[in-house]
Amino acid sequence: MTTSDKVVLDVGGLRMRYGSVDVLHDVTFHARHGEVLALLGPNGAGKTTTIEILEGFRTRSQGQVKVLGTDPAHGDERWRARLGVVLQSWRDHGKWRVREFLAHLGTYYAPYTTPRIKRPWHPDELIEAVGLTEQAGKKLRTLSGGQRRRLDVAIGLVGRPELLFLDEPTASFDPQARHEFHDLVRRVVGTGETTVLLTTHDLDEAEKLADRILVLNGGRIIADGTAGELAQRIVGEDEVRWLRGGQRFTERTTDSTGLARDLFARYGDDLHELEVHRASLEQTYLSLVRQAESAQEATR
Amino acid sequence: MNPATTVLRTGWTRGRIELRQSFTNGADLFSHFLWPGLMAATMFFIRDLPFGSSGLLLGMLALPSILGMNAATGMISMSQQLTADREDGTLLRAKATPHGMPAYLIGKVISVSGGLLADLVIFLVPAMLIVEGLRIGPGSWPTLAWTLALGLVATLPLGAVLGSAFTSARAQGLIQLPFLAVIGISGIFYPITALPEWLQWIAQAFPIYWMGLGMRSALLPDPAAAIEIGQSWRHLETVGVLAAWAVLGLLLAPVVLRRMARGESGSTVTARRERALQRV
Ligand SMILES: Nc1ncnc2c1ncn2[C@@H]1O[C@H](COP(=O)(O)OP(=O)(O)OP(=O)(O)O)[C@@H](O)[C@H]1O
Ligand SMILES: [Mg+2]
Repeated sequence: MTTSDKVVLDVGGLRMRYGSVDVLHDVTFHARHGEVLALLGPNGAGKTTTIEILEGFRTRSQGQVKVLGTDPAHGDERWRARLGVVLQSWRDHGKWRVREFLAHLGTYYAPYTTPRIKRPWHPDELIEAVGLTEQAGKKLRTLSGGQRRRLDVAIGLVGRPELLFLDEPTASFDPQARHEFHDLVRRVVGTGETTVLLTTHDLDEAEKLADRILVLNGGRIIADGTAGELAQRIVGEDEVRWLRGGQRFTERTTDSTGLARDLFARYGDDLHELEVHRASLEQTYLSLVRQAESAQEATR
Repeated sequence: MNPATTVLRTGWTRGRIELRQSFTNGADLFSHFLWPGLMAATMFFIRDLPFGSSGLLLGMLALPSILGMNAATGMISMSQQLTADREDGTLLRAKATPHGMPAYLIGKVISVSGGLLADLVIFLVPAMLIVEGLRIGPGSWPTLAWTLALGLVATLPLGAVLGSAFTSARAQGLIQLPFLAVIGISGIFYPITALPEWLQWIAQAFPIYWMGLGMRSALLPDPAAAIEIGQSWRHLETVGVLAAWAVLGLLLAPVVLRRMARGESGSTVTARRERALQRV
């Protein structure tokens, strides 16, 4: 992946208030050109709110935001043409047909072709890339939930965006579609022209796709780093399992290698089916959120 | 290609595709034929009824008036489609696309007026076979065309304003009531001069009466003007009132539409959808 130093997303001290409730207190992060960022956080954490502010769909209460060098509240059409937007749920244009709609939407991007980026993406290639070839002639409202979601992703990509926002893109994908989607994102990012900000509740997905993971909780970014860095911050506990004398044992430890050495020394041939499970992103994430929540309780 | 040309072209394509869609699915097709069909049936039943002692037949008077009224219903379609497109996120999609909003609006104007033209023909062809006494000469079509064009410019932007102002399908239903009331006093099914004078004044404030009058002036023999207000086709006044509505609509629509578009986001669409589902 080609990541340059050019900052594509720059968010500082972002606040968002709905009525009298502050949803975002102080959100600060940035993304460099070509990076894939995953934004994680519990339901209601404010992920969709954050993304919609960056897309220029909602007006923030406070803070600095620059998206591709422009304040989204004042983005013009040229700026808009460089973005791809996949919202959390779409059900528009039900009477249109898949290929017809993608071909039509593509024409809006044609004037924004540059020597480096040829816009739009050809509809047939795009349909193939998201695996909708068999549905190309179907009306949008007759697509299944997962097919509709693939189309949403295709629509997000049709203008060959320099910055792509994906709000829970794979929520209704079957395992194969998910796998294909991951390949597609890697391919798109592999061109070196696209930066991606995605939200997901699938930690495995975040770990596979993202260069960097952000955890949003209580209106703040409570963690920002690679999956490995996050795991180190929370001294993750590995899980060690073994079988001895027909009985199963499980122990959590920060030093799994030491424990294994110990077990061999003590039980030798009596030891069977030894397994070591490294601290997963899931555990890291859960303890991060738990920590943040107890810190919040304490300040209350 | 510069963006302005693209907007015109994409808007045009959008309109054409939407128009085709509305003639290739059962439900839409049904509604295209239902209203003109009902009106043509009405013509059949009133074709021989005389109007007072004027010697004129009601059917002959009503045909052009209904044409004018039907043209004015474009306002309702515009408003309803805008509301529906807000509800399902079609408008938000336009907002997410470069130059999506103007192209959406151009497309909407084309598909609504195209559908309307088709509906007018669907009504006019059988109705002209039923009704006698029309005077269709070389001057008829230009008059009909300018009445229609001016009428659409006067009513479609207003439809867009109403569609942006009222968010729910239920509110859309309520808009239809005053619209029907105005039709009732606009001299469509029965000449306006039969009404009390104060009602005539109210009717003349709205476009529907003038669209009917313009159509009558296009398709009826000149002596029929005797039963109109002032015994004249009043072309000047027709142009004046319709133009005034057009200016009002064209001034108001961009402001209201822009305001409405600014408020659209994923969460507003979702919230509206949830409210709509709760009502069902
Ligand atoms: N338009 C709105 N008006 C008032 N409150 C809102 C609005 N939109 C969102 N909220 C509130 O803001 C909070 C954050 O919502 P948001 O949709 O951003 O969360 P999220 O992180 O995307 O959650 P999920 O994982 O469920 O998608 C929630 O408590 C929600 O109820
Ligand atoms: Mg969300």
